[in-house]
Amino acid sequence: MNSLLAQLPQEVPLSWYLLLSAILFSLGVVGFHIKRNLITVFMSIELMLNGVNLSFVTFAQQWHAVKGQIFVFFVMMVAAAEAAVGLAIIIAVFRARATLAVDRIDLMKL
Amino acid sequence: MHLILFFVFAGFCLAGAINLLLQSHPINSALSLIVVMTSLAVLYLLLGAEFLAVAQVIVYAGAIMVLFTFVVMLLNAGREERTLGSRAALTVGFPAVVAILAVIATMILHAQKLGVANLSESLTNVKGQTNLELLGTVLFTKLLLPFEVTSVLILIAILGAVALARQGDGDEERTDEQ
Repeated sequence: MNSLLAQLPQEVPLSWYLLLSAILFSLGVVGFHIKRNLITVFMSIELMLNGVNLSFVTFAQQWHAVKGQIFVFFVMMVAAAEAAVGLAIIIAVFRARATLAVDRIDLMKL
Repeated sequence: MHLILFFVFAGFCLAGAINLLLQSHPINSALSLIVVMTSLAVLYLLLGAEFLAVAQVIVYAGAIMVLFTFVVMLLNAGREERTLGSRAALTVGFPAVVAILAVIATMILHAQKLGVANLSESLTNVKGQTNLELLGTVLFTKLLLPFEVTSVLILIAILGAVALARQGDGDEERTDEQ
C-alpha cells in the first residue's frame, strides 16, 4: 500500500483546479437557467461565486500573491451581505405573491 | 496524498453541484450546496489558503447556508413545478454555456506557465510567514480603507434586510391591485 502511494505523483497541476472552477461556474449558470424556484436560483448564483473564488485562490497560489486570497475574502463578505438582502427580498416577494415559482413572478416580463 | 485528496473532494464538489441541479426539493438543494462549500474549503486548504478555508466553513457553510435553510423552512417551500422554461434558454443558453466551458477548458489546458500545487511548497513557506500573518499584514495596512468600507456595506445590508423583511405598512393595498 505504501509503495503504491509513493508511486503516485505528489502534486496536482493547477490547471485541474481551474478546470474544476470552470465546471462549477458552468453548473451554476445551467442551474440559474433550469431551476424554477426562486431560492434555488439564488443558490445557483452562490455556486457561481464559489467557482470564481476557487480560481482566485488557485491564481494566488500560482503567482505567490496574497492579494488573490484577500479578494476572495472581500467576495465572501459581499456574498454574505447579498445573501441577507436577497433572502429578505425573497421573503417580501413571497408575502406579496404567495408563490416562489419564477414563472408566476412575471410582472416585469415583456 | 495531495492527488487523492484533490480527487476525493473535487468529486464531492461536482457530485454536490450536479445534485443541486437534479433535486426538485429546495431543502435538498441547500444541503448539497453545503457539501459543495465544505469540499471547497478542503481544496482551499490544499492550495495553502488556511484562513480562507476556515472562513469558507464559517461564513459560507455556516452563516449563509443557515440563512438559506432558514428561509426555505420559513416559507415552507415545497417541490418546484417543472416547466419547460423559456425557449431561448434551451436553444441559445445551453449551447452557449457548453461553448464557453469548452473555450475556457482549452485555454486552461493549453496554458504553459501554470505550475503545480503540492502541500510542501505553499504560500506559507515561501515568504517565511504563515498565511494568516501575510493576509493580516496586507489587509490591515495597504487595504485598510476597503476593509472599513466593507464593514459599512455590511451594516447597510443589515438595515436593508430588516427594512425589506419587516411587515410593510402598505403592502396589502398594493397586492390587491394585482
